[in-house]
Amino acid sequence: MSNKIVNWFKYASPQSFYPVAGKMIPWFWVLAAIFGVTGLWISFFVAPTDATQGEGYRIIFIHVPAAWMSMFIYVVMATWAGLGLALNTRLSGMMAQALAPTGAIMAFLSLWTGAFWGKPMWGAWWVWDARLTSALILFFLYIGFIALQAAIDDARRADKAGAILALVGVVNVPIIYFSVKWWNTLHQGASVSINKAPAMATTMLWGMLIMALAFWMYSIAVALTRVRAIILEREAHTEWVKELSEVKQ
Amino acid sequence: MSAVFAIIRRDLLLAMRRKSEVLTALFFFIIVVSLFPLGIGPEPALLRKIAPGILWVAALLATMLGLARLFAPDHADGTLEQMVLSPTPLGLLIAGKIAAHWITTGLPLVLLAPVLGIQFDLDSGAQGILVVSLLLGTPLLSLIGAIGAALTLGLRGGGVLLSLLVLPLYVPTLIFGAGAVEAYISGTGAGGHLSLLAALLVLGGFFAPWATTAALRIALE
Amino acid sequence: MLSATSLSCVRGERHLFDGLDLAVGPGEWLHVQGENGAGKTSLLRILSSLSPPAAGEILWRGQPIKTLGEDYRREMLFLGHHGAVKEELTPLENLTLAAQLDGTSLSEADAMKALARFGLRGREDLPVRFLSAGQKRRVLLARLAVRQATLWILDEPFTALDVKAVDMLSGLIVEHVTGGGIAILTSHQSILLPNGKVLVL
Repeated sequence: MSNKIVNWFKYASPQSFYPVAGKMIPWFWVLAAIFGVTGLWISFFVAPTDATQGEGYRIIFIHVPAAWMSMFIYVVMATWAGLGLALNTRLSGMMAQALAPTGAIMAFLSLWTGAFWGKPMWGAWWVWDARLTSALILFFLYIGFIALQAAIDDARRADKAGAILALVGVVNVPIIYFSVKWWNTLHQGASVSINKAPAMATTMLWGMLIMALAFWMYSIAVALTRVRAIILEREAHTEWVKELSEVKQ
Repeated sequence: MSAVFAIIRRDLLLAMRRKSEVLTALFFFIIVVSLFPLGIGPEPALLRKIAPGILWVAALLATMLGLARLFAPDHADGTLEQMVLSPTPLGLLIAGKIAAHWITTGLPLVLLAPVLGIQFDLDSGAQGILVVSLLLGTPLLSLIGAIGAALTLGLRGGGVLLSLLVLPLYVPTLIFGAGAVEAYISGTGAGGHLSLLAALLVLGGFFAPWATTAALRIALE
Repeated sequence: MLSATSLSCVRGERHLFDGLDLAVGPGEWLHVQGENGAGKTSLLRILSSLSPPAAGEILWRGQPIKTLGEDYRREMLFLGHHGAVKEELTPLENLTLAAQLDGTSLSEADAMKALARFGLRGREDLPVRFLSAGQKRRVLLARLAVRQATLWILDEPFTALDVKAVDMLSGLIVEHVTGGGIAILTSHQSILLPNGKVLVL
């Protein structure tokens, strides 16, 4: 047992994580491509045309996985942040910093595709639906996190301050979601709410799940690439970075 | 505990000696609220409908104004260092500072709100709910805001960054606060909103000083 | 009584010092010297528990200050570059409120006596912002005299003081140290006080 812990801590140092991440990245790209192609093929050619929504509904194969990822990444980010505060490991803060832009992009993607979906469905680019509104606020939370980290010059302080913000945010996300939902049900008349699609076809569900997997793999690959860049930047003064073949050239 | 009251007394004393800061936020509140009828038109039915939202958003922005100065002066003159090094737990001192912030910025808004409610033709029942919702909600604004103020302490562009961090977190308070008054006006009763607001206040009162303390320690390291 | 072993301090990418050892006992004082940017202030902030060291440990009465927490802070007094003196408050209010924040109480008579000792008689009720820079520093020194602490950590205490105030402060430190106290201070000037140790960074 204790052996295992030692092992994990070994990979928690940027120096040993850097080459491991480098080896893992291509695999995640390959998986992302496989799942992406399969998922898109199912969503465009296999999944049946929706009885009520026609062909336009197919954007949910992007929209729903993006929305899932945007929420999931925030939780992962907050977990890394909490680990960093509790164990004082440097890598945790770097991981949180690397995940934030991907999370923000996912949130933005879910908003954007939501608007594309909304126009043909409800005749408006934007409706104050509970889920869309929560996604918008989640996007703001990501932007706040990125802006805070960017404003702090000292990397360690940036990590810790960002960690506290991420933890405060993760406590607030359910509260925000609940309050927005509550607000939405009170104002039923003023807006249109998305009704659950009546009994989604199995192929649609499969398509969505496989697309979600593709998004996962993409996010991991991108986050690992970014964390490698962050490691290089922050550890530029150390000997092991200067010894790296890609740096020496 | 005496240290908590000491810091509240000190901050109130300081606020008395530089009244302009408190008064600026108060007049900002009054002016913003008064601008809306000018922008929208004087139709009483419409004004009555939007009054809770306007008063609450204005209260939110007015609280934001003083937030950047919550810890900045103490940071600049070294008082914050002394607070961190004081034998009194920092969390208590911070709770005292947040309480003082609410007394100087939140409480005046609560007291002033009924007067501004008249501009929007709110009846006395709605006025009462507005006051209660602000009474429960404005301390929450100070509590959440303190976290943001501590995180952005001493950073360039701190003020703008502060609003970026804090305003999204204000969403639930705004929804339940303004919602309480709206629910009362529409006849569904404000009880649910107000109890949720109270629950949030308890939660915030427990966690916010703790998070603020952690953020301040990081800022001072 | 205060000892530190293999302290190191990193600011950004620069290592200010590594493997620093020091020990100061009762009745001694330590003069921390060094070039600008050598890490004098950083060392004092680490010793005062304001910032954690990158490596190493600090012991107070044989126990790590990290675990002592409040018990350490009660016995320690730190004066940084900024005096923690509020411009809008009077010297008297500054003294009594600072004592209350520390969880102790200071009678008005004691506060007046301390202010008088530093030549601030008659200015007790004038907001500090109307005082001269030297007088502001004296308000700070009065705080040294009233706060009960065994360990004094003073960062550049002699700055902005006139000759007379320098003598007063020196007297205060001697009094503190001969009474069994400990003082750690930085200063660009050489200080002639008995029982001193020197640490060059």
